[in-house]
Amino acid sequence: MSTPEIMVNDSELVEPPVVHADRRHSEWVMMLREAWRMRRTKIGVGICVFMVALAVIGPWVAPYSPTQFVAPPFSPPDIPKMWLGSDYIGHDVLTRVLYGGRTVILLALAATVIGLVLGVTLGLITGYARRWIDESIMRLLDVVLAFPQIVLALLFVSILGPRLWLIVLIVGIGHAPRIARVARAATLEVSQRDFVRAAEAFGIARYKILFNEIMPSITSPLLVEFGLRLTYSIGIIAALSYLGFGMQPPAADWGLMINENQIGVIIQPWPVVVPVLLIGILTIGTNLVADGLGRALIGIERDTGVG
Amino acid sequence: MPPLLKLILIRIGLGVLTLFLVSVVVFAATQALPGDTARAILGREAADKARYEALRKQLGLDKPMTQQYLSWLGGVVKGDLGNSLAQDEPVTSLIGRRVANTFTLVLIAALLSIPISLFLGSFTALRRDTKFDVTVTIGSLSLAALPEFVIGIILLLVFGAQVFHVLPAVSTVDPDVPILQQLNMFVLPAITLTLAVAPYITRILRASTIEVLESEYVMMARLKGLPERLVLNRHALPNALAPALQVTALNLAWLAGGVVVVESVFNFPGIGSLLVDSVKNRDMPMVQAIVLIIAAVYVIANLTADILTILVSPRLRTGLR
Repeated sequence: MSTPEIMVNDSELVEPPVVHADRRHSEWVMMLREAWRMRRTKIGVGICVFMVALAVIGPWVAPYSPTQFVAPPFSPPDIPKMWLGSDYIGHDVLTRVLYGGRTVILLALAATVIGLVLGVTLGLITGYARRWIDESIMRLLDVVLAFPQIVLALLFVSILGPRLWLIVLIVGIGHAPRIARVARAATLEVSQRDFVRAAEAFGIARYKILFNEIMPSITSPLLVEFGLRLTYSIGIIAALSYLGFGMQPPAADWGLMINENQIGVIIQPWPVVVPVLLIGILTIGTNLVADGLGRALIGIERDTGVG
Repeated sequence: MPPLLKLILIRIGLGVLTLFLVSVVVFAATQALPGDTARAILGREAADKARYEALRKQLGLDKPMTQQYLSWLGGVVKGDLGNSLAQDEPVTSLIGRRVANTFTLVLIAALLSIPISLFLGSFTALRRDTKFDVTVTIGSLSLAALPEFVIGIILLLVFGAQVFHVLPAVSTVDPDVPILQQLNMFVLPAITLTLAVAPYITRILRASTIEVLESEYVMMARLKGLPERLVLNRHALPNALAPALQVTALNLAWLAGGVVVVESVFNFPGIGSLLVDSVKNRDMPMVQAIVLIIAAVYVIANLTADILTILVSPRLRTGLR
């Protein structure tokens, strides 16, 4: 009859970190639930779902090929043959709009993920290591911060030419210090908690503490940050395409479409108007989601007295 | 040394360190160029070994990297940024007027956006959850999301095509006429930058004002029976101003980057559109110079904000962070 008692004691010894990690783990679920109650989040999610659906289904329902010449340049709309008219060399505008969302969304997602991976790693290390490692890494990140993201991208494009991988990488690197600051602040706060202290007392390896104990506990602010950075990624990637450094002709891409057709905007506005509006609506959508998540997080932290 | 002065000196030291590292990055980036500057200048003629070597020597490319960097940095400090590759003239003389144009544009945008957002931010915080607050909040949230070139093109579509004769959609600065007499070409780019930057400042200022209004010391001031105006002016707003200063400086610094795309949308002759053209032409000395200027503006704006924050915020003045 003494065995159960020992087991209870045992689990009490081991459990605190697990319980805490679990409570924090559910924090981001709580945040999502709380965010979903807000109308702005629902509108934002609706916009994002619509845009992704447009990018995925678009090419399947497009009436023509994006590089097919269907009419003289800058022809006005001719329903039902050409709903939005033709562009600067006579492609069907509707077709190119339906094709043009994929690249923006994919490239922006890739850049954001790169930024998140780099930023979270750096934030965890600096927030947990403190002292000179923290100081020196944060100083180096300040150097990256000194370059506005689009300027950083242009600096490297001027050297290596307009390459897509380069743009995605540089935009990601530009995000990293900004995300690292958020991850670092959250790590600093979490690493003071009892369950981290307990794990340290158990002699668990540092990298395991970082990735198994601390990282799950800072998910919520990182989700908010992801939404925010995704919004900026879309803007920067689309702007680079618009300036002619992103996707190259004859690719169908919203940013590039604006660049190509801006000269004819007075006679044929659609190949400019539609991509501009779609980029704008997409960024508003992702930003609404990010804002909903951010508000939910502030609400939860206020209620639980954390942060 | 008084702790406040020490704090400020440390901050200045860090700013100088950052600037130095920025210059290293800008210089090192150019070294990653396939081939070197001499090859870039000569193009196909680089096949002529003797000429190539002679030019390398003339440009100092045969010296060790650190020496090249130091002489480049020495030139930068003295205001000599090298010669443009696209137009064989000193970068400084090509850039001068454009810097002035961009500076004027950013100044106008700042003078428009700061008062607007100061007013909207504190006013919405004081009138929380009213219809006005909700409208401003949703409006600024949406505007903050929009990439600046999207705002610019929408303005161009709305005002440029229709009211072409009222506001020039594409700006051209006549170098012989004083800038003050051709202010209309600044209108659309300045409005674009204002619409892009004001929402951020507004949102942060609203949040920080609300936070301060809910703080214990404001409650204390109210409980003491101070008149509301005194509570706001003496206790609430000074503390709310610190984060606002930070964000304002950050956003002014951001304007230095934002001009790149906005100037290109409107063909505005500033350093932003010059940077885009220089990247297209692979005019490296020009790119180096403009990137360096923009980064320096960013670092200095941040430095100023941090120092002002230290001086202005009552909490930081007494206890070090």
